[in-house]
Amino acid sequence: MKDAFGIPQSLLVLGGTSEIALATARRLITRRTRTVWLAGRPTPALEEAAEQLRRLGADARTVAFDALDPESHEAVLGKVFAEGDIDMVLMAFGMLGDQAVDEKEPALAVRVAQTNYTGAVSSGLVCARALQTQGHGSLVVLSSVAGERARRSNFIYGSSKAGLDAFAQGLGDALYGTGAHVMVVRPGFVRTRMTAHLAEVPLSTTPEAVAAAIELGLRRRSETVWVPGALRMVMSALRHTPRAVFRRLPI
Amino acid sequence: MVMPADTVSVTGWGRTAPTTARLVRPRTYEEAAAAVRECGARGAISRGLGRAYGDAAQNAGGAVLDMTGLDRIHAIDVDGGTVLCDAGVSLHRLMEVLLPLGWFVPVTPGTRYVTVGGAIGADIHGKNHHGSGSFARHVLSFELLTADGEIRTVAHGTPLFDATAGGMGLTGVILTATVRLQPVETALMCVDTERAVDLDDLMARLTATDHRYRYSVAWIDLLARGARMGRSVLTRGDHAPLDSLPPRARRHPLAFRPSQLPAAPAFVPEGLLGRTTVGLFNELWYRKAPRARTGELQRIPTFFHPLDGVPHWNRVYGRGGFVQYQFVVGHGREETLRRIVRRISERRCPSFLAVLKRFGEGDAGWLSFPVPGWTLALDIPANLPGLGSFLDELDEEVAGAGGRVYLAKDARLRPELLDAMYPRLGTFRSLRQELDPRGVFTSDLSRRLGL
Ligand SMILES: NC(=O)c1ccc[n+]([C@@H]2O[C@H](COP(=O)([O-])OP(=O)(O)OC[C@H]3O[C@@H](n4cnc5c(N)ncnc54)[C@H](OP(=O)(O)O)[C@@H]3O)[C@@H](O)[C@H]2O)c1
Repeated sequence: MKDAFGIPQSLLVLGGTSEIALATARRLITRRTRTVWLAGRPTPALEEAAEQLRRLGADARTVAFDALDPESHEAVLGKVFAEGDIDMVLMAFGMLGDQAVDEKEPALAVRVAQTNYTGAVSSGLVCARALQTQGHGSLVVLSSVAGERARRSNFIYGSSKAGLDAFAQGLGDALYGTGAHVMVVRPGFVRTRMTAHLAEVPLSTTPEAVAAAIELGLRRRSETVWVPGALRMVMSALRHTPRAVFRRLPI
Repeated sequence: MVMPADTVSVTGWGRTAPTTARLVRPRTYEEAAAAVRECGARGAISRGLGRAYGDAAQNAGGAVLDMTGLDRIHAIDVDGGTVLCDAGVSLHRLMEVLLPLGWFVPVTPGTRYVTVGGAIGADIHGKNHHGSGSFARHVLSFELLTADGEIRTVAHGTPLFDATAGGMGLTGVILTATVRLQPVETALMCVDTERAVDLDDLMARLTATDHRYRYSVAWIDLLARGARMGRSVLTRGDHAPLDSLPPRARRHPLAFRPSQLPAAPAFVPEGLLGRTTVGLFNELWYRKAPRARTGELQRIPTFFHPLDGVPHWNRVYGRGGFVQYQFVVGHGREETLRRIVRRISERRCPSFLAVLKRFGEGDAGWLSFPVPGWTLALDIPANLPGLGSFLDELDEEVAGAGGRVYLAKDARLRPELLDAMYPRLGTFRSLRQELDPRGVFTSDLSRRLGL
């Protein structure tokens, strides 16, 4: 169960090796979290991540989960929920893709879309139902500012996040009053391996900062969280920028 | 049998950590039994008037039995001074009915709006703890609906009684109780008030003269620092005897007329209760208290239940809600108490008047909170940054000194500390295992702490 400050005792991470997710797990473990499920593609990295969390005192377990295999989600995630209540699900899987390549290789672009959107729809619905049955719990979805308005430079990823974001908002409304809560987190540029090859941009942030924002959002039972918070205003301005101007912006 | 059942969001009095449950309001014992029988995989917990601050009367995804529909007073023994009533009867109702007959409830907490069932389940205490112990001491027996669907009569002094007194509703649903009452000549209180300039002064006064009073409590200003740290106003007293009343009041000595102010608004902006406002309030309140005054006649609500005058006062903390932290440390642990008070005042928690009391002998309930020593209770807005870790540190101090926190107030304790705080928890768990192997009686509190 969550405590008075919204801190979960049990956490399920979808995308168990995500740097943002692991920073969040580490932070929550120092507060209250004891049970952590890392769901992800079975790799040594996944096991190593679990081992790290165990060293912090958590009871960390791994479970094989592939966002691209929606047929399996019901069974895989059902097993996790059958082991005990999950107070918080952190949906962290995602892929950035390579816009230039993906534009030429539609099959690769579809992979981005299927991971970020279809995979989230399927696993999100499975988790939502379980949380609803429990009568409590938060589904925290790592969306992105990229989904707020698709840009020339990464509209494949951006559109998949736009879909995810809209889905998560709708799901939050659908779950209103059921005890389950959906929190949409929209980070800007976060320095992780996902963005390691990209040049830094202003207002870039860290996985630890996202983790702190998530903790605060849980305490406030927020529905939307921007990281850093200033992006809310920036994106609001960008959203209203005329198309002809937006197209030419160096972003 | 059709019972009204609604899926609703439920919180405790502190309004933190809401979860959703099916709320069932049984009107008969049969309906209560049916609700337990049909509660489903996520179990059931009973709920009274929702004054537990944390998650004790919540059950996410399961059933919550609103017991206030079972509110009959069955029998009053006017000569012997006992009452047999349903568990959903409130102490307020008992006062209305019993005071005109010359009887008072044996123990009342800071609010009259708790049910008899809740009073047993949390084994509540009041200002008379140093002499009269906690509520269950005055309960002769109760009827308990257990997980197997049986209704058992549970007598004082039996293991099931001691598991249920303070057992937070986890042994079953209390349906009725027989309670021994306190005789009174009037419905007024005779009250002495004095100021204590700091914590040591306060402890010295309480230690020296508490035994002279049936009721005793100190309101402590936790925002006062330095030399004034722990400054307090002590109010102590007893039921006023008939001959202490002025002639006019003697005509209706047992009249009980609580009055209420308008409710706190449903919406309160965040941050209204900042350090400055609360500090000012505490300052004014300390200054307006008399340095020493004896024999003042006060009405029961004024003396016992000042906050009951403002319905929904818990809303003043806004949407984020608040946490009430209450702990006890034993006699000889004054240093721990002093350190904790210092830490709270140095941290400048915007806490309204907190309450300090000296407990007497504890009672037999396995999870009953009071033990002989010092108890401090304070409210803190839940959105205060860093509050979670701060209270964790206080827990360490409390547990290190062999003390404990009060489960009826708790919404955030680290489960690892529970066994140290409640040494009879193992016995409690084994009894539950035997009586309720499927864990029918479950609450958010029991899930969170692994009770
Ligand atoms: N970094 C940023 O700047 C940024 C900004 C905004 C939003 N986000 C979002 O935040 C989330 C976490 O990102 P991050 O920065 O922590 O990146 P990351 O460390 O690269 O994490 C991405 C995670 O997604 C997992 N994943 C990818 N495809 C998967 C699949 N088919 N099935 C299961 N798991 C899969 C990866 O697992 P493997 O180890 O198996 O590859 C990895 O755990 C992502 O959704 C990302 O879009 C990131």
